[in-house]
Parts: sequence; structure tokens; C-alpha cells
Amino acid sequence: MTDEYFDLPKPRANYGFSPFRIQRHFNWIIVIFILAYGIVAGKLVLYGSGFFKSKEKTKVQLLKPTKARPLITDRNGEVLATDIKKYSVYVETDKLIEKDRAARLLAQALPQYTNQMKLLVEFESGRNFFWVARNISEEERERVFRLGLPGVVLEKENRRFYPNGTLAAHVLGSTDVDNRGISGFEKYIDQTGISDLEKIGLPVTQDELKPFELSIDIRIQHALRDELVKGINKYKALAGSGIVYDVTTGEIIALASYPDFDANLSTDAQKPENINRAMVGVYEMGSTFKALNTALALESGKMNINTAFDTKEGEMTIGKHTIHEYHGTGKRLTIPEIFLHSSNLGSAKMALTVGSKAQQDFLRKMGILDRVQTELPETQAPLYPKYWSDISTVTISYGHGISVSALACVKAVGALVNGGRLIEPTFLKRTPDEANKNAPVVIKPETSEALRYVMRLNAEQGTAKAALVPGYFIGGKTGTAEKAIRGFYQKDKMLTTFMAITPADRPRYLYFVILDEPKGIPETHNLATSSWNAGAVTGKLIERTAPMLMPPIFAQPEDPFPTMIKWNAWGIKKS
Amino acid sequence: MASRIERSPLIDWWRTIDRVLLGLILTLMLAGIILCLAGSPAVADRLGLPQFHFVKRQILFMVPAAVVMLLVSFMTPRHVRRAALLVYLGALGLVFIALLWGVEVKGARRWVNFAGMSIQPSEFLKPAFVVLVAWAFSEGGKRKDLPGNIIGFVLLFSTLVPVALQPDIGQTGLMAICWGGLVFLSGLHIFWVVGFSGVGVVGLAAAYKFLPHVKARIDRFSDKQSGDTFQVDNAYESFMQGGWFGKGPGEGTIKRILPDSHTDFIFAVTAEEFGIIICLVVLLLFMIVVLRGLVLARRNDDPFCRLAAAGLVMLFGVQSVINMAVNVQLMPAKGMTLPFISYGGSSLISLALGMGFLLAVTRKRPRAETFTPEPYAAYQAPFAGERA
Repeated sequence: MTDEYFDLPKPRANYGFSPFRIQRHFNWIIVIFILAYGIVAGKLVLYGSGFFKSKEKTKVQLLKPTKARPLITDRNGEVLATDIKKYSVYVETDKLIEKDRAARLLAQALPQYTNQMKLLVEFESGRNFFWVARNISEEERERVFRLGLPGVVLEKENRRFYPNGTLAAHVLGSTDVDNRGISGFEKYIDQTGISDLEKIGLPVTQDELKPFELSIDIRIQHALRDELVKGINKYKALAGSGIVYDVTTGEIIALASYPDFDANLSTDAQKPENINRAMVGVYEMGSTFKALNTALALESGKMNINTAFDTKEGEMTIGKHTIHEYHGTGKRLTIPEIFLHSSNLGSAKMALTVGSKAQQDFLRKMGILDRVQTELPETQAPLYPKYWSDISTVTISYGHGISVSALACVKAVGALVNGGRLIEPTFLKRTPDEANKNAPVVIKPETSEALRYVMRLNAEQGTAKAALVPGYFIGGKTGTAEKAIRGFYQKDKMLTTFMAITPADRPRYLYFVILDEPKGIPETHNLATSSWNAGAVTGKLIERTAPMLMPPIFAQPEDPFPTMIKWNAWGIKKS
Repeated sequence: MASRIERSPLIDWWRTIDRVLLGLILTLMLAGIILCLAGSPAVADRLGLPQFHFVKRQILFMVPAAVVMLLVSFMTPRHVRRAALLVYLGALGLVFIALLWGVEVKGARRWVNFAGMSIQPSEFLKPAFVVLVAWAFSEGGKRKDLPGNIIGFVLLFSTLVPVALQPDIGQTGLMAICWGGLVFLSGLHIFWVVGFSGVGVVGLAAAYKFLPHVKARIDRFSDKQSGDTFQVDNAYESFMQGGWFGKGPGEGTIKRILPDSHTDFIFAVTAEEFGIIICLVVLLLFMIVVLRGLVLARRNDDPFCRLAAAGLVMLFGVQSVINMAVNVQLMPAKGMTLPFISYGGSSLISLALGMGFLLAVTRKRPRAETFTPEPYAAYQAPFAGERA
């Protein structure tokens, strides 16, 4: 049988065709096959890399497992958001044995999600796949499982879980039923290209995704929310918000807004009363704006720290508007005194001296006239007059006639006290070096020192005493704005703000609290101005949180304001 | 391994067989069983059969298929020619029987019932046809007294006409392509090949004009809106769903609604459950078999062995390319199986027969280097000169 293999081959016959050509034709066939397989492989790669869109939503996208999301932790690694596995129920109608019985039992097992009629209609609709319920509880899963119905399938899905419920809910935002970010930081995550891997078809699990480490400190966040809620209840305010901010890095250590919601209930996140009042709400900030006004005056070069303005008349008329002093002193006041007594008249005169144009330019430079951009999509542009008249200049000098978000205010005040660098606020952990990379210097360091000085002065002698926590060298400023309702300022409806810095000689943290319509209570002698409520809340908050952030120093800092001594500023104690 | 001095058919076989090709084919057979586990239970469910009905049968057919392949691979080229002639005559007879008395399945008479089994004779016709055509062209070139080219044409028509009448346009086209490839590889000028391709196009146009199901399929492919694209759409979804890594064995959902998920669309099911990377591996396996076969054929000094090997490889390669191209929607649905992977008894045995022939004709035979034809030396000269 094998003999033929070992015969000597016959001499190659010449049969009319060139052997060269035969070789060439073989090569052609090989090339054609490589091309053909290559084209098929190319199409496969296109499929794999998600070049094509899925056509059928009914069967396909509904059955696609929801994608994993990265862990979100606070600055100390505490979990703020994670994925858990939850069960969803779908039905493959062609596998059902007794449709009537299946509909009855399933409706009994999942009364919250469906009913017998609805199921029967679905069973007869001709569609093979449909969801009965998504993300059911463990007991419900158990009930459905026990039914043992063929064609009723329990599918494991990724579901976002926020173990802290309401805590930092506004920052974290929420996710929809398919685990896509729809608001807050969750939405930001979806925009960072975290899902790009998935787009080219590579499924990812949470462990493979880099966690996001927020600037938020869960302990401070809890205290902030807790004190805010207590304050709102105590002073019968409508709402409130607060921010704890690191002025050296722009990190938002805590941000709370109340009413808030449980981040696990994404529908609550969409309710209008639950907006993020620290970022989306814009308010007339009142006297806290005097800090900006003071900086504007000193930066202009037209006056120094001891320049004085007469406030004897107690009121001022510009066109048909008349403005009044709130805490009238009837004296000629220097700039620190104007800040201390929160003199509207003095502030107005300072602003008028600088001029409307310079005021606008300064506010724009401080970022007050622009929307604050952080990672969160929720942000609101400020409201300010299109036509900036003299009366605008006057009212804006003490924080009326311009509405800004709390975060915009915090960003600007941060720059006023940190030596003059305007840092973009962030919800991500950051070092001072990273922060300073894109932080333009907006005011002179001396001006910054003057601001710290007047805020410290205000805490020692003025309205910010409410927050004077020993050991933290607090500086602060109150703000009380009458709310404008349908164009009229209401004497009894106020928005009170309070900001505090610690320590005032080398500030690290800025606290900012807003209360919406706090009421006077007997304890506050029925007064509702800022220091009685927002100030008190901030004071308690500092008392509670500052020890977590830094150790107290009870000794008076040495030479906290050297330039003020050089300038011989009003009120400076010479040692 | 046994000493070279010892001689036995088995040792000679082991020494001369192309073990790469053999290994690849056995790998494909194994892959066929594994992928059948994914593709067929859903169909079995639909047909009310036990879940692993098709898997069991696939394994059952795999054994005789492997035996047939190995036995056939022992044959000498002469035996291959004779076996091919016998199979050809037998299969052609059965094709006629199927045409006249066969059972009509989905509008075509392709099956004959034989000893309790249904057989698709056109499957067996394919490898035998290719071997006979290779013989006709090679012998016709060698011996002036034999009208090889005329025999080649006669074989073409006597095979294609009955198969086209079944009607089975997929198989007809496949055999026509292989026939054209053999004409090309026997050294015919490209002019003729272009001419024959023209005839092929005319044939396809005629099929489009006169055969309603061919027209429907092509229309559906070229105009996505024109009607029922159920299979194709679901194949598309299988790839979308599977992604690179697939959903995992048994996790597929599209396969439950994909008709022919165990035969023509097994590649799509593979994508859904095992992922596109595995699809690429399967594709690579086919491609290596084809390239290896073609390189072996090109190297072969014997005209018959060269053409037969090339023809059998083309048959295998074109069928796999067309099936995969249909699965990934590069071509209209054809009703062509993926060799060794798709379920099907007749197709499995016929493939084993074809691959057995291929292994037989690609076995190493002693060849004296002195007989290397002149052109090779001439071919190498310029390079030597360059190097100098």
C-alpha cells in the first residue's frame, strides 16, 4: 500500500503551463483567503469594540447587566457610594407553562410592582422578554424564588448603594435604574470616561475601577448636617446650607443643604425642594459682601486701612432711593470700624470712592460674576444688574442687588484670606501644590492680611462673637439680608449668613452657613439677625469639628498681623 | 517514536502525515462538540427534544467521522482517486433519488432516508467532485490522449445541474467557486478565469430571476427594510450582546430565539456565549488550516496531489468564510454550515472524508532535489546576486 510513496518521482512533465505561473496563482489564492478571513475578523473586531449600536431595545438592552461604577470614598477612605448586587425579575413568556397560574402567583409575590391583569396582558403581548420588577428586596427575591416558576428569571444586577443615606447626598447625586449617574458627582463620573472601557465592549467590575477619593470628610459632613438641621429646627428656618472649605487647597471638606434626601432614592433627588442650596441656590448675601468691599477699597489704592468716612447723617439718597444704616453709630468711621459695625453707609461711600467700573472689574476678577465650576453639574450663574448704576454700586457694596451662590462666595472669600490666590473649589482630594498650579493671585498679600485682621477684630469685638471658639483664633463676619419677594424687601423675612475663618492669622478653614428665614425665638430676644442664628450654628459647628481638623492653640499667636502694626491700623494692639 | 528502520504502514503514516493539519482538524472537531453544547440545547428545547439531543448525536457522529478521516488519510493518491470516483457516483445517484423521491424540507428536495437516517447526498458529492476535477485537470495536462479539460467541464455540469435543481444554490455556488479555483491553479491564464467568473455571475443572476427564495434573501440583505430579517437581526444582536468575552456558557439569551442556532448560526451563538475573542480564535484556526493546506499544495510536485489538496482546502475554506461572513452580516444568508462546528451528521462525515483526502494527498513523499525544475534555480539567482 505504501510502495507508491517510495517510488522515485517521475520527471516533472511540462504540461503547457509555466510552473512560475502556477506558483503565482497559488499565491493569489492565498492572498484572497487572507483577505477574506481578514475582512470577517475586522467586522468581528468592530462588533467587539462597540462600533455598532444595538438595535433592539426590548430584548437586548433590558437584559444587559447594568454596569459597574467605581467606589466613592471620603478623604479618609470611608465608603460613600458602592455597588451592591440586587435582583430583578424578568419573564420569558415562551417558557411559561401555565400563564394564568404564573400571573396569579407572581402578582401575589410582588404586589408592589405588578398585578395579575397587567401580567396577563404582557404574557399575551407576543414579546418574549420583559421586566416584571427591578431591584427587588431580599424577601421579595425569596418569594419569587420559592414559586419555582419556569420562565420567571431572577437576574443579578449592579445597583448603587449609599450606606450613609442622606449624608452628602447633594454631593454624591444619584443614579438611575440602569446604574447611570444622573446628578451630582455620579454624573461627573460618567463624564470622566470611566465608561470608555465599557464602550469598547470590555466589561468591568467595581474592583477594577479606580475609586474616587472625595475631599469630603464624612465626620465633618455629619456634624455640618447635624448642626444645620438642629439650627433650622431651633430657629424655625425654611431651609439652610453650609460649607466647610479648605482655603489653602480649595477642597470642599463638607457641603450640606437642607431639606435633603436619601441618595438611595433617586426620585427624591429630583424634587425641587431638595435642590443643592449651596450651589444652585443664589441669594443676596448681605453684609458678608462687605469683606469683598473692604478688599476692593484697599486694592484700589485710593484709600488705606485708616481712611475714614462720615456716617453721621445715618442715611444716603441716590436718585430716588434712600439707604439707611442698620446699626447706626453716628460717627466718622475708619475702614475696620465700618466692617465691625457693618455700616452700610460707610461701605457705600467706600464703593462710590472706588467707582462702579472698578467694582465690577474686581467682582469679576474674584469670580463672583461667573458660575462656579466644580465636578458637580449642578451650579447656578449669579444674578446681577445688567445696567450697573450708582445705586447698584451702593447696594452691592453691602450685598444687596446681587445674588450669588454660597460656593461662589466661599471661593472668593477663600482668596481674600489665603494670601490672595483664587483657587477653584473641588470635591476631589487635592494638595496645596496642585491647587496653586491654576490659582491666579487676585489681591495683594497685605490686603489679604487686612481682611483677616478685620474679621478677627469682628470676632473679638463685633457681631461674630457668636463663633468665638477658644483655641482656634476665629475671625468672622455676619450677613443679614432682607428677602426680596416680588420686588419688595420684607422686613420680617431674612436670609442670614455667617462666615468664619480659623485660624485668622494663617487661615486653613472657612465655614459658611446660610439660614433661610430664621425666626426670632425667646432665647434670641426675638431677634433674627445673623449672629443669633447662623452665627450660633457656626459657633457650635466649629466647636464640634475644629478639634477633628486641627489641634487647638490657646496661646495668643505671636505677631499675627505684622503689616497692620506697620500700618498702625485702627484697633491694633501693639505688643 | 519507532526507529526509521522499522517499517509498518502505521509508522510510515505517522512520518509522512502533516501533523499540523491533523492536529488543527482534530482541534476543530473538539471545538465543534464544545460549541454544540452552547448552540443546540435551545433548539432541542424548541423542538421538544431532550436538551442534549443534538450534543449526543454530534458526539455520536464525531466518532465515525474521525475514523473515516484517519482511514482515508492512509490512502495513496491512486486510492484517493478511486474512492472519490466511487463516492461521486454513489452520491450523484442519491442526489437524483432525492430529486425524484426525496422528502421536501423547507421547499427543497435534498434529503434521502436511508436505513433510518436521513442523508444529504450533496454533502458527499462535494469532496468527491473536487478530487475528480483535480484529477481531470492534472491528468489532462500530462496525457495528451486524455481530454482532461472536457472531462472537467462535463463534471462541472453533471454535478452542478442536479444540485441546482434541488434547489441548493449555496452548494452549487460553492462547487462552482472551487471548480474555478482549480482551473486557475492548474495554470490557466487569468483571462479564462475572468470569463468563467462572468458565467458564474450570469448563473447567479439567473438564480435571482428564477428562484424566489434566492431573490428574497438577496433583497433582504441589500434592503434592510424590505422584510423578515429575523435571523440576521438576531445574529447581529448576538455579537452585540457577547462583546469581547461573552456572557459565559449557557448564559446566552438570543440563541433561544435564533433559529438554526446549532447549524448555520453557531458562530453567532459562540460570540454571545464565549465572546468575540473566541470567535477570532476559531476564525484563526480555519485560516491556519487553509493557509497550511495551500502552502503544502503549492509545495507538492505531483500535479494531481497539488490540485486535489488545493481544491479540498478551497472547499473547506470558502465554506467557512461564507458561513462566518453570513454570521457577521457581510453576506446574505446562504444556508451554509461552518465546517466541523455546525451540527449535522452528513456534513460531518463528508467533511471528514474531504479532510481525509486532504491528509492523504499532502503526505510527504520522497523527492529528489535534483529534480527541482530549472525555474526555481533561476528564481533564486537574483537574490544570490544581490547578496554577493
